[in-house]
Amino acid sequence: MITIFCNGESRRLDRVMSVEELMVSLGLNPETVVAELDGRILSRPEYAVTPLADGATLELIRFVGGG
Amino acid sequence: MLTIAGKTFRSRLFTGTGKFSSPRVMKEALLASGSEMVTVALRRVDLHDPADDIMAVLDRDRFFFLPNTAGARNAAEAVRLAKLARASGGGNWVKLEVTPDPRTLLPDPVETLAATEELVKAGFVVLPYMNADPILALRLQDAGAAAVMPLGSPIGTNQGVLTRFQVAIIIEQARVPVVVDAGIGAPSHAAEAMEMGADAVLVNTAIAVAGDPVRMAQAFAKAVEAGREAYEAGLGARRTEAEASSPQTGLDFLR
Amino acid sequence: MFIAPEFQQLRDRIAAGGPDAVERALARGRLDLDDLAALLSPAAGPFLAEMAQRSARLTRQRFGNVIQLYAPLYLSSFCINRCAYCGFSAGNAMPRRVLSFEEAEAEAMILHRRGFSHILLVSGEAPAKAGVEYLEALALRLRDKFAAISIEVQPLETAEYARLFAAGITAVAIYQETYDQTVYDQVHRAGKKRDFVYRLATPERAARAGMREVGIGALLGLSDWRAEGLAMGHHLAYLRKAFWRTGLTVSFPRIRPAKGEFAPLMPVSERDLTQLIFALRIFDPDLGLYLSTREEARYRDGMLGLGPTRYSAGSCTVPGGYGDSAASGAQFEIGDQRTIDEVSRAIRAKGLDPVRKDWDAIFQQHEQGRRQAA
Repeated sequence: MITIFCNGESRRLDRVMSVEELMVSLGLNPETVVAELDGRILSRPEYAVTPLADGATLELIRFVGGG
Repeated sequence: MLTIAGKTFRSRLFTGTGKFSSPRVMKEALLASGSEMVTVALRRVDLHDPADDIMAVLDRDRFFFLPNTAGARNAAEAVRLAKLARASGGGNWVKLEVTPDPRTLLPDPVETLAATEELVKAGFVVLPYMNADPILALRLQDAGAAAVMPLGSPIGTNQGVLTRFQVAIIIEQARVPVVVDAGIGAPSHAAEAMEMGADAVLVNTAIAVAGDPVRMAQAFAKAVEAGREAYEAGLGARRTEAEASSPQTGLDFLR
Repeated sequence: MFIAPEFQQLRDRIAAGGPDAVERALARGRLDLDDLAALLSPAAGPFLAEMAQRSARLTRQRFGNVIQLYAPLYLSSFCINRCAYCGFSAGNAMPRRVLSFEEAEAEAMILHRRGFSHILLVSGEAPAKAGVEYLEALALRLRDKFAAISIEVQPLETAEYARLFAAGITAVAIYQETYDQTVYDQVHRAGKKRDFVYRLATPERAARAGMREVGIGALLGLSDWRAEGLAMGHHLAYLRKAFWRTGLTVSFPRIRPAKGEFAPLMPVSERDLTQLIFALRIFDPDLGLYLSTREEARYRDGMLGLGPTRYSAGSCTVPGGYGDSAASGAQFEIGDQRTIDEVSRAIRAKGLDPVRKDWDAIFQQHEQGRRQAA
């Protein structure tokens, strides 16, 4: 088991997974989500090849309605 | 045609995408508005409701997305949000908003200028939301802002263009387009801003919370067109004092 | 960079305006260049009294009941240019001199004793005789005695203007003489001044260097004054946008037919001059407008309160002429010979306040790094 912090909540993962795998498991379309891992913005191609280490801080962000 | 940073827009009505009752109503209202530029905000994904995705509703070929930095309380936060927006495929345009006071949501001029300088250096097309301060508008232009977005009145108040005197100065001095943002609560307010010579207006709340957002969007589209046409046609001046029709000023000294 | 509109196009645009366009312009709060064209047109002639009233109201609203007084200090009559209209032209046989620092300071102190705290340093265009070093050294000698020092000398580079600004010179006047390039080429027969474009870009170089105020002007009588007025409107509108920190002024030097002097190519009457002044005031209410002693006392008194805000007084256009009334070699003849006290009395008689001092350069911070977007 590893623990990550995603959007301010701690989250337990039963195995090491990539950022993209996590997005899919959350029901998100990776094409419309930005990921910031430990303060660094990831590029889209990095999603599939970047593993989430124990203790990682991940922010998942996307566009919402706004003025 | 309005041109900002080399991109042209037929419609001078920009619309926000917040506060609509549903994505479907939003889409219909935005289509009815004729608007070509819509603002969007960035937020953390709600992990408990991941399906709420504005990107799925709006066709990006039809609407040019202008990501804002809503929520930023200082320049550093705004720069971070802008970079996140760019990374999310939002392009390099950003509506810069820095609003440290959660009560009024009025923009911080010092942080806004600092963020504009930094974002322009980083290659962004920056459209700063600002209080209607003519000198700040000039400083933001000097810093490379692609347009300036003075407020008509505090956001969400629907009070109209209370800052008309300063907005008129901003328009007169501007070297970049002036977009009146915030406080436009009725089509007549939008028409007034356009009659004054604003290049565009940005409307969100007034459409989103109207009884019938689709019809209100159409009403705003007409008002913006009417105001622009009146401006281009040339309005007669309102006199602040009577001017005698038979002037009293003596020019007898002339030879 | 400012690019002058084609002069004939300006003339056509002015000719196109009728009384409707004039009435429309007079009804508007803020005027655009089409409105200015209308106010400069022959169709505006019958509206001169209305224009006077509007101009007077705007002037009072913006500047109050105040006339600023200044005096020119002629430093040098040497000039490398041959300009058909000018007494200092290189071809003219005349006694020439450049004042030493001591002589210039003595002249300045005469003006100081007369109560002037704003002086305009004037010279012919001869960098070898009165160049940047000369002006800088002189400004450093005078800066403590005067609240404001302006220059009307040869065009300089931006870095040179920045140097002079640091030395206490805060305003630059540089006249295009005419925006009609055909006439410009005809009357500027030799010298660096032949370069129309370089001269045209001079006001913006001065503004970029941080000068608080930049003045432009056309020598009236060289070409069509109406189109000159519209060209100045274009120039002013450009400068306002590009250099918003810089105050702008306009002068109206008019060639008056006089014995032995250059006859105007296209004479400008008093009525024409008046229409031009009113049109520019209404177009840009923030302009500082100069009316020099080239014009007669009667005209200058009549115009008090109607538009111009700056008057020279007791002027002498001969280097060294304040201390030595026998000095000869004037640039142009004076139309208003009155002393500063006489002019001040005339100003007060109109209910206006003659002010000999405006702003203290002592408050100025010499920020070399301050630059404006161009």
